[in-house]
Amino acid sequence: MYRSNVLVCGGTGCTSSNSLKIAEKLKEELALKGLDKEVNVITTGCFGLCALGPIMVVYPEGSFYSMVKIEDVPEIVEEHLNKGRIVTRLLYQETVQDDTIKSLNKTAFYEKQKRVALRNCGVIDPEKIDDYIAQDGYAALGKALTEMTPDEVIQTMLDSGLRGRGGAGFPTGLKWKFARGNDADQKYVCCNADEGDPGAFMDRSVLEGDPHVVLEAMAIAGYAIGASQGYIYVRAEYPIAVKRLQIAIDQAHEYGLLGKDIFGTGFDFDIKIRLGAGAFVCGEETALMTSIEGKRGEPRPRPPFPAVKGLYRKPTTLNNVETYANIPQIILKGADWFASMGTEKSKGTKVFALGGKINHTGLVEVPMGTTLRTIIEEIGGGIPGGKKFKAAQTGGPSGGCIPAEHLDIEIDYDNLLAIGSMMGSGGLIVMDETDCMVDIAKFFLEFTVDESCGKCTPCRIGTKRLLEMLEKITKGQGTPELLDEMESLCHYIKNNSLCGLGQTAPNPVLSTLHFFRDEYMAHVIDKKCPAGVCKDLLEYKIVKDSCMGCSLCSRKCPVGAISVTDYIPEGKKRPAFKIDSSKCIKCGACMDSCKFKAIIKE
Amino acid sequence: MKSLAELKAIRDRAQAEINMRKENPNAARVLVGMATCGIAAGARPVLNAFVEEIAKRGLKDVTVTQTGCIGICQYEPVVEIEIPGEDKVTYVKMTPEKAVKVVNDHLVNHNVVSEYTIGTATR
Repeated sequence: MYRSNVLVCGGTGCTSSNSLKIAEKLKEELALKGLDKEVNVITTGCFGLCALGPIMVVYPEGSFYSMVKIEDVPEIVEEHLNKGRIVTRLLYQETVQDDTIKSLNKTAFYEKQKRVALRNCGVIDPEKIDDYIAQDGYAALGKALTEMTPDEVIQTMLDSGLRGRGGAGFPTGLKWKFARGNDADQKYVCCNADEGDPGAFMDRSVLEGDPHVVLEAMAIAGYAIGASQGYIYVRAEYPIAVKRLQIAIDQAHEYGLLGKDIFGTGFDFDIKIRLGAGAFVCGEETALMTSIEGKRGEPRPRPPFPAVKGLYRKPTTLNNVETYANIPQIILKGADWFASMGTEKSKGTKVFALGGKINHTGLVEVPMGTTLRTIIEEIGGGIPGGKKFKAAQTGGPSGGCIPAEHLDIEIDYDNLLAIGSMMGSGGLIVMDETDCMVDIAKFFLEFTVDESCGKCTPCRIGTKRLLEMLEKITKGQGTPELLDEMESLCHYIKNNSLCGLGQTAPNPVLSTLHFFRDEYMAHVIDKKCPAGVCKDLLEYKIVKDSCMGCSLCSRKCPVGAISVTDYIPEGKKRPAFKIDSSKCIKCGACMDSCKFKAIIKE
Repeated sequence: MKSLAELKAIRDRAQAEINMRKENPNAARVLVGMATCGIAAGARPVLNAFVEEIAKRGLKDVTVTQTGCIGICQYEPVVEIEIPGEDKVTYVKMTPEKAVKVVNDHLVNHNVVSEYTIGTATR
């Protein structure tokens, strides 16, 4: 028995800032002091507050150390773990108030959150099945197998109102019901862990922090639809997730929680991992299954839907990681408990990956119906540098931008669709006044053009043409007519593409056109970029009367575009400099170097 | 795994450790003075005795924490026990054997072991 537990975040974010080395150093120091039998060091999954990594929490005190450095470890061991004096200097400063230390759960970042899918992340050691079992792990599978019929399981899912967390929001119970209704000698359960949206990383965090929950939920799905084999399709770019999943599968086998005759009920279920090679389109259900089959990952037309002919042409149910993470608790606590959270049509909670211009970059889980303002201003801690909020992008390359006027919208599937965005997987990228919306639309289009698999023409050629139009606008070659042309092309692509990738790819363009048309107009009519991002529409200038003639800018300029004039401003000693705009490459080096703010861009 | 009972057995075994990783506002607190004076007087074996005895008895709502010097160095090892809703009790000149008795009498049965308290020792 240990008197103290030190939890060190081992998610990808903290790992990349050396948290694993910190854990090693901790163990080393503890052994040196002879405390290794008293203090336990546990590597957990993501705590969510990635902006403050590497993160370390010491229990029973609940002290939350943030941005820990290896050099800090001896001090924490000697002062806190040996002598019981909390190192206040290294605590997350929001938890320190005057002389008292606030509980982590009372900080702005955590207080408004409700952790259901992420409940074990940052609590258990993901590489120990006993930790998961201690948190009632596998009890839901036990309950389903011994006390419920498959139909009762499906009814519970239907009653709970759980909808797919991958983005489209299809009711999970209905998906299972369809798959159950189709007879076949073999059925499959698949897990979509091919998280490809730029900026979304909640599935990775669940896999890294609580891999058993996915295995348990897949086994429950297998029991409900009558499948004995499951596949997890996870991207190879998630090496920590893949490793922990494999450990989890092996441990579950050892305990007989996967394999033959689980809980002595005669139910067999096994899970295999399949690695994705990083194609975005493989997150689309039919392409994913085609890829599992060992073929090139391309979507196929639906119908037939996967519930009829899915993997290997057999009835298949495919759910997203976050969806699965909710399921064991729904079985244990009941459909009513889950349905009591959220809005009328979107139940439960949703995890958002906060990124972009926001103070608390990280993962947050909130009940459906929480307003965008709460997420950004309260939980996310607002925008750095006192800048003004401009828009929030949800749903990644398939979603849209939400402007400031909709900040008070209650987030759920239907409300987001109504304003031309979508839930998507839950990426939430915040943009401030220095972001150009045309440039943002172009960024996402570049992504979809790269990731279009090329099977259908509207997506392959349509998105390419759309990108070319956006490039024209950012280069100052656009016309107002081009905007209308773009809009009709968007609708054409949406209506005619084969799969979800093409059907949603124009969303970033459509929503920015709708909410930020004035910004597009500034680009095509005035040939100006109001945010100062599009280089071809910018001009750097030296305000000659402010120039001190120090020549620093001319020495910084990489292309020699700055030269001295013969104009001496009044009251100054040296002649002013000027920029030759025909030579200027608009790198901004001169503006950064000027100490007198004499260089402007417009 | 052939039965739910087996799963429950694993859960009960693993739960004690997990509970230590959660904040528990209702928990009784055992504070062991672990400044230089406390450590020199033998506070570490006392601390470990508390942890082991609490684990052995499977007490869930108790946390054991170190604290600094409270200024009565001649009475170290000093242990304070705070049970929500009850008066704080300060035990002095503790030993591992005394610790076992304090867990049994005070934490389990809510009977203060008055012969070990500071009031008795300084009389």
